[in-house]
Amino acid sequence: MSIDMAQFHQVFFEESFEGLAVMESGLLNLDMGDVDSEEINTIFRAAHSIKGGSGTFGFNAVADFTHLMETLLDEMRDGRRQVTQTAVDVLLGSVDCLTEMLTAIQAEDELDEGSVNNHKKALEVELNGESASESPVAVASVASEPVTIASTDDSERGWKIVFCPHTDLLKTGNDPVRMFRELAELGDLDVFVDMQGVPSLLDLDPEDCHLSWTLILKGEIERSDIDEIFDWVEDECDLAIQPLTEEVKVETVTEIADVVPVESVEAVTPETVKTETQSKETKPAAEKAKKPKAATSSSIRVDTSKIDTLINMVGELVITQSMLSLVGEHFSIDKVDQLKTGLIQLERHTRELQESVMNIRMMPISFVFSRFPRLAHDLSSKLNKKIELKLVGEHTEVDKTVVELISDPLVHLVRNSLDHGIEMPADRVAAGKPETGTVTLEAYHRGGNIVIEVKDDGKGLNKDSLRQKAIEKGLIEESTILTDKQTYELIFMAGFSTAEQLTDVSGRGVGMDVVRRNIQALGGSIEIISELGVGSTMAIHLPLTLAILDGQSIAVGDATYIVPLGSIVESVKITDDMVNRVAGKGETFRLRNEYLPIVRMHEIFHVESAKATNLMDGLLVVVEGQGVRCGLFVDDLLGQQQVVIKSLEANYRRVEGVSSATILGDGSVALILDIPGLVRLSNQ
Amino acid sequence: MEQNASSEEIEAKVAENSVQFLSFTLGDEEYGVTILSVQEIRSWEPVSKIPNVPNYEKGVVNLRGAIVPIIDLRERFNLEHSEYTNLTVVVVLQAVCRGRNRTMGVVVDSVSNVMNIQKNNIQSAPDFGTKVSTEFINGIASVDNRMVMLLDVEKLLKLDGLEEDEVEESDD
Repeated sequence: MSIDMAQFHQVFFEESFEGLAVMESGLLNLDMGDVDSEEINTIFRAAHSIKGGSGTFGFNAVADFTHLMETLLDEMRDGRRQVTQTAVDVLLGSVDCLTEMLTAIQAEDELDEGSVNNHKKALEVELNGESASESPVAVASVASEPVTIASTDDSERGWKIVFCPHTDLLKTGNDPVRMFRELAELGDLDVFVDMQGVPSLLDLDPEDCHLSWTLILKGEIERSDIDEIFDWVEDECDLAIQPLTEEVKVETVTEIADVVPVESVEAVTPETVKTETQSKETKPAAEKAKKPKAATSSSIRVDTSKIDTLINMVGELVITQSMLSLVGEHFSIDKVDQLKTGLIQLERHTRELQESVMNIRMMPISFVFSRFPRLAHDLSSKLNKKIELKLVGEHTEVDKTVVELISDPLVHLVRNSLDHGIEMPADRVAAGKPETGTVTLEAYHRGGNIVIEVKDDGKGLNKDSLRQKAIEKGLIEESTILTDKQTYELIFMAGFSTAEQLTDVSGRGVGMDVVRRNIQALGGSIEIISELGVGSTMAIHLPLTLAILDGQSIAVGDATYIVPLGSIVESVKITDDMVNRVAGKGETFRLRNEYLPIVRMHEIFHVESAKATNLMDGLLVVVEGQGVRCGLFVDDLLGQQQVVIKSLEANYRRVEGVSSATILGDGSVALILDIPGLVRLSNQ
Repeated sequence: MEQNASSEEIEAKVAENSVQFLSFTLGDEEYGVTILSVQEIRSWEPVSKIPNVPNYEKGVVNLRGAIVPIIDLRERFNLEHSEYTNLTVVVVLQAVCRGRNRTMGVVVDSVSNVMNIQKNNIQSAPDFGTKVSTEFINGIASVDNRMVMLLDVEKLLKLDGLEEDEVEESDD
């Protein structure tokens, strides 16, 4: 009954990465002067479980590495070591290194031995450099307390270990015999078992451990080696490790007078033998993980309450279904009302079910935000700037896909704000601003959208230099007149960089165009608000989910198209006097004080069956996308509905003017319009 | 169990030197596609038109929740267009194109047969120069003295525009 450990790897990796994130944010929150021991505890626990997991799965390199970190943290936790900035930096570096190691293991790549060793050395230096001089290890007071002290303090004579496991030790998968065997490898081991605790056979639960041991280990052994062996069980036993001095020896002899000496480690009670076989079985699987690429499978953690709601919904749905089938079985015309109520219920339940299923995919934006404190921390020291990063609304929930895909563009924006936005401290003071710059990351819901803002109180965008730059690069003509908004939009053009000098942080001239494209690919938009000397704000608008869209269906001839509701400004019926022609061809109409181009849907999509060819017969749907407004000329508006977005590209290809497709109630396919694409199309 | 084993053996033997094809007609011509690429055979139903695409790309339909394009093979091969009737058949094909599984329906006049063709009976497509495009034809086989043109499904599914996907993403 060998257990395939590989099936747990994915979970382990996920948990470990979560743990690493916890460690990182914990380390960044550490306040040098006044250290919160709970904070260190949190970091320590994360490190401990990563170590535990990696040991179990046989990722020994990770386990060894984490052990060093854990030792350092443990000393900080017990107050035996000052929390210094260097120590924190070393630990942060180690977190990075650990992330790399785990990523490499997950991808089944080779570990980067060099960097691992460097970090290991840094940790060791940090550990030994101070512990030797500062804290002689406290051993005396550890009678019943778990001990994890790594020290160079060793005894020449040996150690006496009193090991009293709790009764449930075996249930946690730990095996005393194996530990003793490991001890025996260190030196000369004498094992004395105390069987006083063993109940009569009738009361004996073979899965409980009733034994305790006194172990005498002779030889020149590092205490840390012993600690390491007991490390796994420290919470499940009472452990006392003492150097073997003359007095201890005497004591031991008297103490163990009524304790039966055990001949060899191999001969043990049945229950331990049983667990031994179990642990053996897990070994081969733990050797080296050979499994298909795990990177492709992704999982999601869902709040149990969400699942409960879902199950409730399904229950309701089943009830409605059985009610409806009852009505259907003996249907007569007088049951129409019953049928109607049933259908209404069905509709409601379906909608609610849909909502709760969507809800499962929602996760808080903090998954993305959490990486930024580190980024700000690293960058501000690199750039010699003083920067405070504020996170607002981290609990705003968005679809998992959005969370995954928005992360890179956001990093880019935040990096830009830190690098180009915020001025050097001296400049800030000169400008009458506080020395410390503030970058705010804020997320909130607005309508069916989530808005993510990256706001800085830096120098803001300089319209004149933007314009100058664009002219230099030949992106616009000298004579081009641009509104403020259009000027800011320039930075989204490919090959445009405002940085006066390139840094390795940002400003390579690629980027903002990629950012915008990524955001557009998510069905979102990005907008810039900036004021010279006061700061700038990048606001990203994203749909909550990529799977469903609120749409307005429009008719053009016998074709039905869906316009995203969010991009519709209004719909108007126009009269002849509103229409103007530019150069005899381009049609515009005047809506209040604005002239907007008219895009005739039936012309650009070549729909021959269009009913309305005269502008007065149809309707103009005023739409807006990426700052461009236009009027779509259509036959008629059909109705609003939520549509499920289906990819056109999965089996087909991208079509200009169309973002994706959906399936209507009658099973037919309707195309969802891409407004900016339509405008481009009509300009051709 | 034993029966399974023996039938598998037979299949293996057959597969060794012959390939199964589904044959269909376009006018007077007979074409074949390897049976493994055929997902299903449906009757023609109205499609949703896609704007600004070549004529032979008829549009898309909803195939159990997936959006699947429909191609008219007659028009694809520059044969004259025929009216769609209830008897017009759509063969749904699938193949792996650039690492992705693509599904597509092709409109044909009628499906005729499933046939075993010996591998050594397949000859390469004759070269007509530029007069006749043979880019989709993998080979030619003769079955009962009829000539069957065997189509390369993967090439067929690579619509003219499909290659451009990557290119398009880098401009704009």
